[in-house]
Amino acid sequence: MGNAEPTINYMERTRLYYRALGYSNDYKWSHFDDAPFARLARPLAQSRIALITTSSPTDRGNKDARGVKHVWSLPVANPPDRLFTDDLAWDKESTHTNDRESFLPIAAAQALAAAGVFGGLTDHFHGVPTEYSHRKTEAEDAPALLSLLRDERAEGAILFPI
Amino acid sequence: MSLVARHLEANGIPTVIVGSAMDIVIHCGVPRFLFTDFPLGNPAGHPGNATMQSEIMRLAFDLLDSADAPRRVVTAPFRWRDDPEWRNRYGQIDPVKIAKLREAGEERRKKQEAAKALKLGA
Repeated sequence: MGNAEPTINYMERTRLYYRALGYSNDYKWSHFDDAPFARLARPLAQSRIALITTSSPTDRGNKDARGVKHVWSLPVANPPDRLFTDDLAWDKESTHTNDRESFLPIAAAQALAAAGVFGGLTDHFHGVPTEYSHRKTEAEDAPALLSLLRDERAEGAILFPI
Repeated sequence: MSLVARHLEANGIPTVIVGSAMDIVIHCGVPRFLFTDFPLGNPAGHPGNATMQSEIMRLAFDLLDSADAPRRVVTAPFRWRDDPEWRNRYGQIDPVKIAKLREAGEERRKKQEAAKALKLGA
């Protein structure tokens, strides 16, 4: 196993940080007592899997004229080496995101598909914005992504929040 | 991302979240979670370490295939690099910089108000 050190309490750190910035209302993270569950319909070796990221394309083409981010997609064939992550909250002092495979491992997945571990990737990978608003994620972005995955006949998805 | 995973799963598409913010994902409650105990930014493995990235990807597929009930959590058997201070770095508040943080907050609120007005078409 990795180690015995306690994991970081990001919710508490975030609360304290935003209080220091002068915000009076703490952010409320989503909480559920249960979780939905589905199984692969076919064996993994035959299943088509989609990869999902919270990053943006480098041209920021996922933002509309009002600055609102939307779900976006690019082909997994010849994916860009770099994606835009500067606007996301990650540990910019301890690491970097110059290696796309460290947060969206398309090449690693393709090699496992070639080795027969799973059936293969969908033709596109997809990006989903990280939003303050639970409502936007639940009512707009998640249904938009579901529609894209159904179009590509995805049978499973692996999600990599940065 | 946890809400997205829940939505896909509720509509019949099984999911795995691969991430490093364990407390947030567990608090939400997701079908399957592969925890990588790294600084936020590289959930899929150390930058430049293709072998580790492949092993983490493989663990994600194993979890996708093997979980028999929701809220399954697996911890990947990898540590961060030789940097013992990383856990104390992210989001820590330097008491010396409190005033500057407050100023940054004021600036941020002004920008948020402007963006909100734009979104409302004001």
